Amino acid sequence: MNAIDKTKPAEEKRSRYSAGVMEYRKMGYWQPDYEPKDTDVIAVFRITPQDGVDEIEASAAVAGESSTATWTVVWTDRLTACDKYRAKCYRVDPVPNSPGSWFAYIAYDLDLFEPGSIANLSASIIGNVFGFKPLKALRLEDMRLPVAYVKTFDGPATGIVVERERLDKFGRPLLGATVKPKLGLSGRNYGRVVYEALKGGLDFTKDDENINSQPFMHWRERFLYCMEAVNKAQASTGEIKGTYLNVTAATMEDMYERADFAKSLGSSIIMIDLVIGYTAIQSMAKWARRNDMILHLHRAGHSTYTRQKSHGVSFRVITKWMRLAGVDHIHAGTVVGKLEGDPHTTKGYYDLCREDFVPQNLAHGIFFDQPWASTRKLMPVASGGIHAGQMHQLIDLLGEDVVLQFGGGTIGHPMGIQAGATANRVALEAMILARNEGRDLLGEGPEILKAAARHCLPLKQALETWKDVTFNYSSTDTPDFVPQATAAE
Amino acid sequence: MRLTQGAFSFLPDLTDEQIGKQVQYCIDNGWAVNIEFTDDPHPRNTYWELWGQPMFDVRDAAGVMFELNECRKTYKGRHYIRVSAFDSTHTWESLRLSFITDRPEEEPGFALERQEVDGRSIRYTTRAYAANRPEGARY
Repeated sequence: MNAIDKTKPAEEKRSRYSAGVMEYRKMGYWQPDYEPKDTDVIAVFRITPQDGVDEIEASAAVAGESSTATWTVVWTDRLTACDKYRAKCYRVDPVPNSPGSWFAYIAYDLDLFEPGSIANLSASIIGNVFGFKPLKALRLEDMRLPVAYVKTFDGPATGIVVERERLDKFGRPLLGATVKPKLGLSGRNYGRVVYEALKGGLDFTKDDENINSQPFMHWRERFLYCMEAVNKAQASTGEIKGTYLNVTAATMEDMYERADFAKSLGSSIIMIDLVIGYTAIQSMAKWARRNDMILHLHRAGHSTYTRQKSHGVSFRVITKWMRLAGVDHIHAGTVVGKLEGDPHTTKGYYDLCREDFVPQNLAHGIFFDQPWASTRKLMPVASGGIHAGQMHQLIDLLGEDVVLQFGGGTIGHPMGIQAGATANRVALEAMILARNEGRDLLGEGPEILKAAARHCLPLKQALETWKDVTFNYSSTDTPDFVPQATAAE
Repeated sequence: MRLTQGAFSFLPDLTDEQIGKQVQYCIDNGWAVNIEFTDDPHPRNTYWELWGQPMFDVRDAAGVMFELNECRKTYKGRHYIRVSAFDSTHTWESLRLSFITDRPEEEPGFALERQEVDGRSIRYTTRAYAANRPEGARY
């Protein structure tokens, strides 16, 4: 028998480690009979090899390049327990309806990763390998994170349940709005928008991702005027209010300074952008944990690598990483709004945020059972191009543990910001009341809104203003598997 | 002013029929319904007084409505009354719904006190006008 079998790892040590170049599959990175251990991290990649590169070799190469391998054989492997440290590709399936692309399942031993570090995890899994020449394109679709690894992270310090307790708001989605225009307002004018929106009925207002400290408004001015607005609205309604103060800045020292100032002013929540990077996010999560602060994450930048199906990282993976990293809020899509979001794929993200155990669901893009082992729940945020007239669809699609953010849909109201906020709050409460009474939201939604508008003029005006606004474009990031109808036994 | 705590404060006051339907929804989900009252509506006043214990074993909204009416006999018009539902499911173990059913006839609202401290910072205190009087004699 040939010492180096095409489908088996090299067993003959001497020939395996002689100097030169060897196919990855022969180096032990392709092990079709490997059974992943409960403690293995598993990744599934969408692999599009270059013409003439076969899928098994390409998949084995991904396993190799994302774990121990380099382009040539190195004798120093023999100084290590290299069989353990090699990632093992154990399964390669064709992508349905997509010739030339394959799903490669790769298992990684837990010892390959530093406990509690997204930076370390991502440096392996999406490191060099994404530029590997034999591949045309590569996408990280999903990961199975074993309990043993999940438990090395803090997770959200506050999470959905404690956030609700702290805000004293139960049984309905929270309502927010991003202050618009997103750039150019002075601190004093900015605070005006915050006050009007909160007094009108919103729970939260929000800085946009690119509001940091610009010539028209330095960050301290924004924080001071916003907290005046929050406290004034709180006193005028008797209800807890908040505004996400964006502490994103050029350096960690700047971010800590801004977060400390937000805390000293009594803010209940601060905000960061995804572009600050995984390590900065984890640092801010630890700061938030020490300071009883809710931490909101805006996913600025994610579409550069999540949107196209052929190459990049799926947002479901980013969602998992962010729940581990320990943010309390994450933007996860609206389905009906102005930004990308297929309904099934988005449901998958929401489940990953909110459930303690997420079962495999290929129709939602979930490749693996994912246990969260009591990691706190991450509040999803729906933001971008939504309005009161869609309330029934939003609640039907997204449920009640979500922050619905109506920026334009509040501030653009013809009768002003307070009226816009009130319209959204009345629509929301009427819809939750009706849902709990057992009414069919999708069928009766427009009627329920109309009935609620009879005692609320601002809602009537909102429905008239935005009645026909929808964003019906097809999504680029959709599930590859559709449920097949099967005949009943 | 109108206190807007709770899930339905922006709607017209709920009728007993509407309250009953919400209560039945909670019971059908396996949640324990609870009645609480207070004359201190401060937004950080977490612990309203309990009217008896949470009703873990009541299966019909009528039982809760009976207790709500008993509570009203003593406190209606002088206190806020709210109904809440508690879910003991693992990883939740908190409230699932909370809404005000009754309010005092007059709601004078809150004063916002500002104490100017270092720099431009201000320390804010929210104080209910009604809380100037002793508990039980506020509304």
